[in-house]
Amino acid sequence: MKKRLFSLVLCAALLCGVCALPASAAGRTIQLDETISVSADYDWTRFAGKNITLNVYNWGEYISNGADESPDVVALFEKLTGIAVNYTTFDSNETMYAKIKSGAASYDVIFPSEYMVAKMIDEGMLAELDLANIPNFALLDEQYTNQDYDPGNRHCVPYMWCTTGIIYNTTMVNNAPTAWADLWSAEYAGNILMFNNSRDAFAIAAHKMGQSINPTTTEEVALAIEELKTQKSLVQAYVMDEIFDKMEGGEAAVGVYYSGDAITMTTDNPDLAWVFPQEGVTLSIDNMCIPASSANREAAEMFINFMCEVDVGVANCEYIGYSTPSTAVWENLSDELKYSSIAYPGDEVMDKAQLFTSLSDEINEALDIQWSEMKSYNEGGNAYMMLLLLLSGVTLAGFNIWRKVRKKIRATY
Amino acid sequence: MTLNNKKLAAPYLVWMVLFTIVPLAIVVYYAFTDDAGNFTLDNLARAGGYSSVFARSLMLALVATVICLVLAFPVGYFLSRLRVNKQRIMQMLIMMPMWMNFLLRTYAWMGLLSVNGPINTILGFFGIGPFTMLNTSGAVVLGMVYNYIPYMILPLYTSMTKIDASIVEAAEDLGANLFQTLVRVLIPMSVPGICTGITMVFVPAVSTFAISRMLGGGSNLLIGDLIEMQFLGNSYNLNVGSAMSLVLMVIVLLCMSFTSSFDEEEMEGAV
Repeated sequence: MKKRLFSLVLCAALLCGVCALPASAAGRTIQLDETISVSADYDWTRFAGKNITLNVYNWGEYISNGADESPDVVALFEKLTGIAVNYTTFDSNETMYAKIKSGAASYDVIFPSEYMVAKMIDEGMLAELDLANIPNFALLDEQYTNQDYDPGNRHCVPYMWCTTGIIYNTTMVNNAPTAWADLWSAEYAGNILMFNNSRDAFAIAAHKMGQSINPTTTEEVALAIEELKTQKSLVQAYVMDEIFDKMEGGEAAVGVYYSGDAITMTTDNPDLAWVFPQEGVTLSIDNMCIPASSANREAAEMFINFMCEVDVGVANCEYIGYSTPSTAVWENLSDELKYSSIAYPGDEVMDKAQLFTSLSDEINEALDIQWSEMKSYNEGGNAYMMLLLLLSGVTLAGFNIWRKVRKKIRATY
Repeated sequence: MTLNNKKLAAPYLVWMVLFTIVPLAIVVYYAFTDDAGNFTLDNLARAGGYSSVFARSLMLALVATVICLVLAFPVGYFLSRLRVNKQRIMQMLIMMPMWMNFLLRTYAWMGLLSVNGPINTILGFFGIGPFTMLNTSGAVVLGMVYNYIPYMILPLYTSMTKIDASIVEAAEDLGANLFQTLVRVLIPMSVPGICTGITMVFVPAVSTFAISRMLGGGSNLLIGDLIEMQFLGNSYNLNVGSAMSLVLMVIVLLCMSFTSSFDEEEMEGAV
């Protein structure tokens, strides 16, 4: 019964919306469900019934999806516009890039981070946006728009942002860490979790050494990786999302991760605390873009505009815990999140934050080689292992040949 | 249409050409060309820069295979000597862990081996430990053995069911002790199973990447991790990634030709 009532209300709301459109009444809204209403000044239904499917490719767990009684944002968009959404997820910028670069799949809306936006613009993989179709762009804070990687936001609209920092278990450390350099302190030996991702890990070493997180020469890469090598014996493991279990379960005392996820972790385990290291942090901004191969650009722009709606943004922020680039959304957040020092740090942190830029192919390759070398490097022993292996290979081959020869000799009798 | 009609194999042949031969050709093509499509050996040389990782993978896979073999041999023999209905039950028990997802099983080991995990807690009652078990190369080997041991047991068991109990009895009658029976009768007669088992454990173990990431703490890189890094990582270099896959394939082929050469010989001996 409740459901039917709900859909009736929805239909009514939709009808109202359609009727109200020509009038273009300023400030009027369409109520989608109990908590979400969107602006009625936008022609949401122009693609209804045209059998359009949008392929949306987002990070995993990066949208309010109906779990834990949160609103299902994608379903609401489908109901509002009559556009079907095929929603899929990825787990790293590089996976997303590889999939689009290979041309194996076509997407209409993707969510790359800033350095990936730069790389994709360079390679002509992103379509130009018509900001006239995204009026909600005006709601975004100037601090996050018009960035160096995309001047004038011709290709991307910021979705969420976060910083990196240190999360630690207050019951397991005597002295709380305050700087990246503390991750090189023997005090936490065997209790440190590092990023299992070359760029973020590199950035930590770079912050510590006071150099740029965007190396321009292979020497800079080598210096920072050398620094990570000296840290390796203190590190318990290099992890990504495994950090949730390990930090919440008290498996490690100190870890590095993204501020948005830290909110989830500190909520789940109150013993955990977060600190912005004094050397400065990495700011990363995730954006909504349209790949150049998209055939439904205008519908994709409508989706982006929908995601920038205040109520939708609030639902997303409340669900995923990341920080919004939209002032209007921030004003409507719950006090707990709105005044969270993890999500919205003061100027003393933001002034020292650095953004990733896209690296040249040469630097990227050097970074990958040295990073994997660093990870597979053990103090002593490796060179011998290779020798031993070669030797055993030769012995095996020799043995095999000897056996074959013997067999032949026998066969001749 | 008779059963030995070759046309019956056509659907699979088409499948094999489309999804095995063509992709293989593409890998070889990428491994020997650069971005512009010119012939180069540079990719192989660059893959050589990761030789320590290759060595580690081979070493760990080898250790895991040997452990699997040593553990599985008695199990296979024991199974093959059971009554047939019991054999079915035991076979099912061995297969049972494989009903669960591979990642889930490895994830469970992550919890078991952790410093606050059940193993260390139990050891703690006796005043031992805690030991660092997770994030070591030992944990990676354990993961490989745990995940792949059924692939060793089953071929061994199959080849051992063909050994007549009277042969073992005859060996004993003729005065062979346990060791002699094992070395001169049981092992030679189960060589086909041993060879299949080694291939079926070594090949997936040498190319795994999920196990090393979850149990090795990210610092025990294997070839699989390297290849994944080339395709889904920062530098995104399909050519170097293909060269690595090619090297891995050659290693696997060498291993297979080695074991199968044993196989042939023993088969001849059996005739």
